Formats: sequence, C-alpha cells, structure tokens
Amino acid sequence: MSKSKDLIQKLGPLLGLLLIIIIISFMSPSFLTATNIFNVLRQVSISALIAFGMTFVILTGGIDLSVGSTLALTGAISAGLLAGGMNPLLAMLIGLLLGALLGAINGVIIAKGKVAPFIATLATMTIFRGLTLVYTDGKPVSGLGDSQAFQLFGKGYLFGIPVPVVTMIVAFIVLYFILKQTTFGRRVYAIGGNEEASRLSGINVDRITIAVYALTGMLAALSALILTSRLNSAQPTAGQSYELDAIAAVVLGGTSLTGGRGWIFGTLVGALIIGVLNNGLNLIGVSSFFQQVVKGIVILIAVLLDRKKTA
Amino acid sequence: MIEMTGIDKAFNGNVVLKGVNFSLEDGEIHALMGENGAGKSTLMKILTGIYERDAGVIKVNGQEVDFKSPKEAEALGIAVIHQELNILPDLSVAENLFLGNEQTLGRTGILKTKEMNKEASRILSQLGLDIDVKTPAGLLSVGKQQIIEIAKAIETKAKVIIMDEPTAALTDREIQTLFKTIHKLQEQGVSFVYISHRMEEIFAICNRITILRDGQYVGVRVIKETTFDEIVKMMVGRELGERFPERHAEIGDVKLEVKGLTRDGYCEDINFKLRKGEVLAIAGLMGAGRTEVAQAIFGYRKMAKGEIFIDGKKVKITNPLHAKKHGIGYVTEDRKSEGLVVDFSIKDNVLLTNLDKASNMGIINRTKEKSFVSDLIKKLGVRTSGPMQTAKSLSGGNQQKVVIAKWLGDEPKILILDEPTRGVDIGAKKEIYQIINNLAEQGVAILMISSELPEVIGMADRVLVMHEGKVTGEVTKENMTQEKIMYYATGGDKVVQI
Repeated sequence: MSKSKDLIQKLGPLLGLLLIIIIISFMSPSFLTATNIFNVLRQVSISALIAFGMTFVILTGGIDLSVGSTLALTGAISAGLLAGGMNPLLAMLIGLLLGALLGAINGVIIAKGKVAPFIATLATMTIFRGLTLVYTDGKPVSGLGDSQAFQLFGKGYLFGIPVPVVTMIVAFIVLYFILKQTTFGRRVYAIGGNEEASRLSGINVDRITIAVYALTGMLAALSALILTSRLNSAQPTAGQSYELDAIAAVVLGGTSLTGGRGWIFGTLVGALIIGVLNNGLNLIGVSSFFQQVVKGIVILIAVLLDRKKTA
Repeated sequence: MIEMTGIDKAFNGNVVLKGVNFSLEDGEIHALMGENGAGKSTLMKILTGIYERDAGVIKVNGQEVDFKSPKEAEALGIAVIHQELNILPDLSVAENLFLGNEQTLGRTGILKTKEMNKEASRILSQLGLDIDVKTPAGLLSVGKQQIIEIAKAIETKAKVIIMDEPTAALTDREIQTLFKTIHKLQEQGVSFVYISHRMEEIFAICNRITILRDGQYVGVRVIKETTFDEIVKMMVGRELGERFPERHAEIGDVKLEVKGLTRDGYCEDINFKLRKGEVLAIAGLMGAGRTEVAQAIFGYRKMAKGEIFIDGKKVKITNPLHAKKHGIGYVTEDRKSEGLVVDFSIKDNVLLTNLDKASNMGIINRTKEKSFVSDLIKKLGVRTSGPMQTAKSLSGGNQQKVVIAKWLGDEPKILILDEPTRGVDIGAKKEIYQIINNLAEQGVAILMISSELPEVIGMADRVLVMHEGKVTGEVTKENMTQEKIMYYATGGDKVVQI
C-alpha cells in the first residue's frame, strides 16, 4: 500500500467526524459553544477510556464484553470503601487494582484456559454484574463524603479543562506511546497479526494476552471512578452496554476486528463520533429512540466505506 | 478414456509443467509419481478444470475437451478425492453422500430422506461397507470416511476417480479395505489415477505408472515390467552439478542430543546427536513425523517421552521461549502461517524474535531497529524496496530469507530448518544453501528437514531417514544415494501384503 493511500485510510474517520460536526453545528447553534464542547468531551472521556482498552484487546484478535460490568463492580467497591471512610486516594487505587485483577482473570481464562475471548468475557460479564448486585444489594452506593480529591476527579477543572478530559488525554498519550514505541505494543500487533508465528518467534503470547486484558480492566475502573465522582454515587446498573459503544468506537476508528491492524488515534476519533452524535442528536431534538437508529446507520456506513477501501 | 498430450503450464513465468503426457485406459489404475513439486497436482488440476493449460490437448473418450470448471469435468465422470477429505462430521453418512446432490420432491427442496438412506446403504454395501447410514460421519474412522468419498464419486456416476495420497492417514487394515474397494470398482470399469509416494502400494495395486520430474514427463511404465529401482532412478535422476556450494566447516563437539523422543501418534523413540558445524538432514516422505520431531525439540508441542541435552547438559524445553534462550532457532515449514506476520513489514517481521536487541527497558530505539534490520537484509541479500515493504508482497524466496533473517539476528547455536527451500526458485535456493554453509562454518549446528533428495545429498553431512514416525535408517555422506534414502523412506523392506 502506498503511503498516501494509507494516510487517507487513516484520516477517513477524522474526515467523517468533521463532517458530522459541520452538519450538526448548522442545525443547532448551541452545539459549537465552549460549554457544550466541554460537555461532550466530558461524556466522551468515560467511553473513550474503555474504548482505548478495547483497542488493545481487539488488536490481539480478542474481544472484551465484560468491561461494562467491570466498571460497575470497581465503581461500587471504590464507592463502598469511600463511604466507609477510607482515604480517598487509597480507595481509588484499590479500585484501579481491582479493575486490573478482574481483567487479568479474563486474560488467564483466555490464554491459559484456551477459551474463546467472546465466550470467556460473556461469562465474566454476567459474573461481575452479578457480584455488583450482590455487593450493592441492587441499590446505589452513596454518601461518599466530600473529599476534595475524589470530587475533583469527575467534576473539577485543570487549567480550565475538565479533569476527566485531562485524564483521557494523558491516558491517550501514554497508550499511544505504548503501542507505537514499546516492545509490548509491537507484540500486541504481532499476536493479532499471526498468533502462531508470534509464539514460534519466542514471544510470550500468554503473558501479553493477560497483560492486555488487565490493562483494559484497569481502564474500565478508571472510567468507573470518573463516573462515580460525577454522579456522587455508584449505580449497580452502571456501564450496561458500554462494551458495545467501545467496540463501535474501535471499529469506527478503522481497527480490524480480526486483529493486527489499527491504531488508537482512530479509536479516539471513533469515540468522539459517537459522543458528538449523541449530543448533537439531542440538541437537534431527535428522540432518544430514533437516536439509536441513526447511530447504528453511521456505524454501518463507516464499516462499509472501510471495506470498500481495503477491497 | 483420457489422453493428455504436450501439456504446458507456467505460473507468472515460472514453468511448472513442460510437455507432459498422460493417458488412462478404461478400468486401469494408473499411478502418478514424482517428488514434491514435480507437477503431479498441477497436472490433475488441469485435467479437472481448476487450472487452465497453456498448451496441449486433452481428450476424453476420443473427444477433445476444454474444461472451464471442476463441474464440467464432473459431468463427464471425472471425480477427485483430495487428501483432505470433504466430510462434514456432524452430518450423517447418507447426508454426506448426497451433499449438494440431494434427491428432493420435485423442486420443493423437501428431502426424500428415506430414499436417500436406502440408496446410500445400497452403494456402500456394494463397496463392502455395511454401516448404519444415519451415523454421524465424524464418528467413522478415516478409512471409512475415505470409502464414503468414493461412494460420493460413484453416486455422481464417476468413471474416473483421482485419488491424492489416499492412504496417508490410514492404518494397514484400512488400506486393505480401500484396495479391495478399488479393485471391485475396477472390475466394473472405473479407472483410477493414484497419486502416492508409497512405492509398495503402487506395486501392489497399479497397472501402469507415469513419472514426472521437475514438471517434465519422464516416462510411463507397466508395473509388471518394471522394478522399484528403475522407478526411483526415473524419479530422482538428475545431475547435481554445482547447485550446492562447497562448505569448509569443521565438525566439532556434540551440541544437541535427543534421546527417546516420543509424541504419541506422531513419532516414536527418536535418538540422534547433532554436532557443531554439522548439517544433519532428516529425510522422509510427507507425514513421516519429521516436523513433529522439530516442534517437540523447539517446545512448540509437548513430547510424551524423551530427553534433550545441549552441550551435554539436560535441558527442559516446554515452550519456544525456552528453546530460544537455549540458542535454538526454528525456521518453520509453512512461511505464511507460522513464519511471518504477512501484514507486517520486513522490519517488524525480522524484529519478532529480536525486539529486545533493538530496545531498552521495553522502549524501542528506532535507530537501532533500522540498522539492525538493514544489516541482516543486506547480509542475506533480500531483494526489496526497503525494510518497510510488507512481507506479503515479497516473492517466496525473499520471504524465506526474511524468516531466516529473523533467526539469524538471534544468533542461534542450533538452527532447525524445516523445508528451507520449498517454493523457492533455483537462484534463491543456492543463496539459501550458501547461508546454511556460512552458518555451519561459524560452528552453528544445523538440523535440516527436507523432502528434496538432491538437497539432502548436496547439503547434509549425515541423514536420518524417517518412515511413519520412526527412524528407519541413517546414512553418512560417503554412502549417500537417492536410492538408499528412498528405500528407507518408503519403509525399508516392509512391503504391504494384499
């Protein structure tokens, strides 16, 4: 493939995003205001963090359906610890580590148990959700105290930018670097490109697979903390169907579901497309029922265009 | 019945068949023999309309034909049974037999199950197989599945059945049954093209044999009037010339020793020593268990029994990572599925095994990466527009060099090469031989698996010959002849009784 063609393919999603922004801003004058843009970005940060993790998983040729449940469980437990009066930073750290642990469990089932990722994470999706309901007794966890650090995490501003957006950007830069510039990132691509050849090249496929799912779990926990802070409570039903939005964002960004090809910048754009659509359709006054139809159609169009280009 | 004359075929200017003749009479079992890559499959694919011929005439029953698809060949009664059986394991025997050819009530698509079951029973019992046709086909042995494939061919009124290595996965008893079936059909006037590497079988059931070598027609013989030796000579007889560069390696101490290596169903009690600077070949026919031995040494597949010693010390290798740490490299047989990430660039493929050398604390150093890869591709003479070219777009020979480069960068002390020149043109072959020689001269111990006898004889200091999972012979450089190797590879003095 020539360089220029490659670039067009990579920038396709970005052009799509710009097109959607232009259309919506013509239809709704309140769309392109600072308040609304921050609003969109704040919403996107939660789904983007999950989609970043999903990008790693999909690059290895896997899938993770359990991210939404991981978000709910880690959010509920962090909230519970906070409500119990624990040091907020410690409670948040425990939440993140728990997320990594849950993800690692997925990874072990997949790599060592040789269970198909779809099935493994379908099962843990149910298990983690069930554990959340058991822990919360089906009720929201609230009374999280008024710790400054925790409140800032979801609602604060840093240099005038919402903290969740800063978190998302920092995470993006770090993850971009990992994929592009580290041995770990290169091996993630290699496993998705040809798992057997990777194994036969002496790459520790199992360890990398487990690490990828652990990373994804941790990112789900990170977005759980943002969500919990913003709502000032943890909902047992939080994060439902987030896995589908995350997969959609990854696919919109041009990452191949068969693994080995794609990039995280595309995922960021994909998450933005979904976020802008949600927000814009609301502003225009499209009913929430019909919004789903539009979202689905956009995803289909994007994938069909991508197929045409690669054919 | 069938008459093919002067068949030519080239792929992208690469000649694979040149003036090949082949004829098949009614009720004849005709063997087609030749080394791997001699053009047997291509010839049969031309006959059945999968490939188009460049030149030559094909006549069926005296009529000139020009099949455009396998369907057209099938309509004239030519059926193929591939080495990989086309059996759907969850469908019943009868359903498999009528797959794609179901009997229905008019055009409704409603199946006439009873009639088909009855017909299936009839055909199968005629072939000497009395089984319940409602059994899922996957529960049957491979031998019985093979007979279902034959039944399928008969059901479509085939007059010619082409069988590609039909006995590769069969037990001796299943082979007997298969042969009986073939004889029965022969009496009814069905002809067979029998592609096989197994000399003893060909002598047991075939009437005539056509031999190909390097895409050329060597000749046809009546089985009763020829000998084992004559066939082998016809098959392999070619001048070695200087296709193989000279090597001045000093053979040193034992580097690798394998004791009693066994993998159930694949290989049994394999023992050998490999010395520094030595090229040890493992020869044998396809499916003899050679690759399986290599996989076990490399830790890619588990061995049931056996020990491995490196430099006299016992080592435990349970995955490729261990093997790599012990200085073993493995250039796999199948480049595309096991050797390369085809969508990756040359650079990223070479770095699959060497990323640690071009990085620091897990962070890749772009400059080091580039110079590391450039050095290797220059050393191996990979012809490419640059290290960023994707592996997919390289020729077979250059792909193979990339796979070798991948391991050379790791500086292995023991290098396993599985069919190092398969699908590689003559020029690149010689370059690969030169690379192997250089490595041996540097003291690397080389284990080379090869199905090409000239390559084995031209390159190896010593050869182990395998047959059906066991080592049947060891031949040293002085005594190496193709006849001798072929003798052991076909099982030595083991002859199938019929």
